[in-house]
Amino acid sequence: MAGSTQTKPTPPRWLLAELTYACPLQCPYCSNPMDYAKHQSELDTEDWKRVLSQARKMGAVQLGFSGGEPLTRPDLVELVKHARELGYYSNLITSGYGLTEDKIIQLKEAGLDHIQVSIQASTQELNDHIAGTASFAHKKQVAHLVKKHGYPMVLCVVIHRENIHQMPDILAMAEELGADYLELANTQYYGWAHANRDLLLPTKAQFEQAEAIAQAFKEKVAGKMKIYYVVPDFYEDRPKACMNGWGTTFLTVAPDGVALPCHSARQLPGLDCPNVKDFSVAEIWHESKAFNFFRGDDWMQEPCRSCDEKHKDFGGCHCQAYLLTGDMYAADPVCSKSPAHGVIDDAIAAAAHSALAADEKPLLFRNSKNSRNYFGA
Amino acid sequence: MTFNPEQTLKFSPLHRLQWEEAQQKYVILYPEGMVELNQSSAEILKRCDGTRNLAQLVSELEAQFATTGLTNDITAFLEVAIQNGWINPN
Repeated sequence: MAGSTQTKPTPPRWLLAELTYACPLQCPYCSNPMDYAKHQSELDTEDWKRVLSQARKMGAVQLGFSGGEPLTRPDLVELVKHARELGYYSNLITSGYGLTEDKIIQLKEAGLDHIQVSIQASTQELNDHIAGTASFAHKKQVAHLVKKHGYPMVLCVVIHRENIHQMPDILAMAEELGADYLELANTQYYGWAHANRDLLLPTKAQFEQAEAIAQAFKEKVAGKMKIYYVVPDFYEDRPKACMNGWGTTFLTVAPDGVALPCHSARQLPGLDCPNVKDFSVAEIWHESKAFNFFRGDDWMQEPCRSCDEKHKDFGGCHCQAYLLTGDMYAADPVCSKSPAHGVIDDAIAAAAHSALAADEKPLLFRNSKNSRNYFGA
Repeated sequence: MTFNPEQTLKFSPLHRLQWEEAQQKYVILYPEGMVELNQSSAEILKRCDGTRNLAQLVSELEAQFATTGLTNDITAFLEVAIQNGWINPN
């Protein structure tokens, strides 16, 4: 992967198919764009089949059906069947809301490989509050059914200040549900999570305590359950290696057909992200402005340009640089070498202040009304 | 981790072993992940179908590659494979 300027891009390995922005949940850290209600149109079944075929031909093998809530698409079983025929490993990334045993069986017969169920907390009260929907009991039932029908089960819990104190109970719940994998995803502060950051960002002490508990658990369940830990990058010295390198591995296709080098890239200015209705996946991957934008390292500024770690983290996350500094070419400010690193300290201080304030503002839930308010419709 | 050499070995139903044309190699697929295999690892795993134990795997592979003395290498690989959950002792 590491090299100066790439001449021929590596082929995509991962296709994230965001089938829809529709979702019965309202999680305030949703990774969908805040203006999602502006993008109402959805690709039809034939469009998706074409995209799946084209990406598979290039070498994509991991396929995520995501959203929004992918179960709201009536053609999900048909798309899963098509994906299996092409040889994809299909991952269904779902809230579990609306998933019946009948559907679980249909999806299995169609060739779905794995179901990732998200649970928002270890208690009904907090789960249903965060999800904005009464869903806790059903999610637990779905987790049991996923196991019953022979799927590997990944339980995903997004971690933030409202639930981080539940870490021991979350781990016990994962064990009780028989999860094969547990994804502990510290909130990444984009989109809705960025808007709610003062209410969601835990303190460093909270992080360290939760991480120590998770680490001890990981050792206890070694060989039985694998733990994926999404690092809290606000408390790291170095940024994450964004998308394993821009345009090297990941391809996201949004519900309306816009192809993105990362699911958050829609917010970056001037990328002119192409649509799969207008171009083939190969044209998009090799020739589009968007996918070539941050390939290689010619785009880098200091301190990245002369940094000896630039081929390790690729300068970090452009979306984070843009959100926090207004400059998408800047080093990801979570890097302690970034001249703008102070914005991270300020964010941590602001969140801590907010946690102690008597007049803490309410969470902004992810729903169409709030989305429309955001873009002023 | 050690395993009983008498036991037969079976590829895990929670993983998938698959030839990838684009990469010209076998891969193991699992939730949100992939391991690329070299030829000898793939040849071992393809035979883990629940009917062969260590000695049977070794003799078949030694015959296929017209060589001897593979026991230690195959044992070491199988230990890693069991540790990673790719195969299970029956």
